[in-house]
Amino acid sequence: MLIKKGAEASLYLEEWHNRRVILKKRHSKKYRVPELDREIQVQRTKHEPLVIQRAKEAGVPTPVIFMVDLAEATIIMEYVEGKQVKQVLNDLPQEERINLCHYIGRLIGKLHGNGIIHGDLTTSNMILTPQNRVVFLDFGLSEQTSELEARGVDLHLMKRALMSTHYRYADECFRAIIEGYEGVVGERATREVLSKIVEIEKRGRYVSER
Amino acid sequence: MSRGYCLGIESTTDDFGVGIVSFHGEVLANVVSTYVPEKGGIHPREAARHHAIVAAKVLTEALERAGIRHEELDVIAFSQGPGMGPCLRTGATAARALASYLNIPLVGVNHLVAHIEIGKLTTNARDPVTLFVSGGNTIVSAFEAGRYRIFGETLDIAVGNCIDVFGREAGLRSEEGFPVAAMVEKLANSGRVLVLLPYVVKGMDLSFSGLLTAATHLLRDEKHGLEDMCFSVLEYVFSMLTEVTERALAHTEKTEVLLTGGNAASKRLQAKLEIMAEEHGAKFCVVPKEYATDNGAMIAWTGVLGYRHKMFLPIDKSFVRLKWRLDEVEIPWVENRYAD
Repeated sequence: MLIKKGAEASLYLEEWHNRRVILKKRHSKKYRVPELDREIQVQRTKHEPLVIQRAKEAGVPTPVIFMVDLAEATIIMEYVEGKQVKQVLNDLPQEERINLCHYIGRLIGKLHGNGIIHGDLTTSNMILTPQNRVVFLDFGLSEQTSELEARGVDLHLMKRALMSTHYRYADECFRAIIEGYEGVVGERATREVLSKIVEIEKRGRYVSER
Repeated sequence: MSRGYCLGIESTTDDFGVGIVSFHGEVLANVVSTYVPEKGGIHPREAARHHAIVAAKVLTEALERAGIRHEELDVIAFSQGPGMGPCLRTGATAARALASYLNIPLVGVNHLVAHIEIGKLTTNARDPVTLFVSGGNTIVSAFEAGRYRIFGETLDIAVGNCIDVFGREAGLRSEEGFPVAAMVEKLANSGRVLVLLPYVVKGMDLSFSGLLTAATHLLRDEKHGLEDMCFSVLEYVFSMLTEVTERALAHTEKTEVLLTGGNAASKRLQAKLEIMAEEHGAKFCVVPKEYATDNGAMIAWTGVLGYRHKMFLPIDKSFVRLKWRLDEVEIPWVENRYAD
């Protein structure tokens, strides 16, 4: 059963060896020439389960991977019960919203501390489970690097996602994320990444100096 | 609303344009004079000098084409930013002089907003995800809560800049009416073999500088034909643009895709976006060429929208804003459009 048709892939809820699983199938894009399309599909299908496993080792909840099929560009993984953070964040009472963001910040800190860059940090890629865990999804654009630049871009994307989708609370949410992040990676690394974010934002074509 | 006219002046970078638009959105004149550098990119001071020389002629021609006298104008709009300082100041000076001489209000227009508004006016798009591509900008935006929010943009150079620099490195020269990007595209049409380059999409943001460096190195190696190199560069950058636009479309769940800006003329980019939009059941709109590149009509039309909301700019506060971001501008007219 198709449960989500995303831009990059479709997610199907399936029964697989008596388990509820998610089958993630990457779309072939007709707008790309076949050679480029195939290259991108294989690369992302191969890469995603690897990083999902690394994230787990770093202590960040991610779905369990059951099977990978490169020819079909599909991944079969655990179905995670819960709601997208995107759906719940705006409606939470302020304190819970801050706590949730703080927790998300800690998880991002664990990823970055272990050289994992998510690459698409948005509130749609995080599931809040009934047990109040946050599970990170969609590592299709992730990278393994400990470069400051990459960490800066990753957090900059998180900030941008908050500003476009949760603009009313973007500032307080991002502040809480950074506090949580700092608790994991420490003050110095946080200060470095924050000044990197400022630099990245200034690099953007048109930014008023504040 | 009474019959009225707005005159808009555009002078952000290499184009000096004057447009005259009625309050009903009818474009009566749209005259542009483009500064063409002898070699290399645009030198801001040289471009500004060009604008100062042609200003009077372009203004007169626009009024003649519109068939109205300057006393009939109700408002003057100008491109207040973002852009190159000397160029913006030349247009701003002309706009201030006209507004104070005619004693009519002055409206400062954000150049990026103007590109979106003229796109909506000329294609009848109502609430699109807009991909704005030019030599200076690469932005994916959509309207949310009072502003055009930026969903994705380049983290370094603009896509038009990437193509232009690559083209110049390959020895191509722009000519009047035939820019380097068009030459790259013409060569790409005879390219067949895809050369591997870095494909850099980060969330909904893009990066072109690594791709440009890789492509220029490959040019120097001379292992691949120029046609194949042009083909590959365009396949990569346009696929990247289409992917982020698709992400924004899926994320916002809007039903229209609007392509605008100087690089909107690319048939290869249009084709990719059209395929993508169709897959999502969205309508694909592309701005007509004369309104895709920088022009005065888009400034005049956005001036009309600003005038309706009394967004007048006192002359002593009409300084130019070189780095004015799209998402800093309040857009009060969008919701009102649905109300009427």
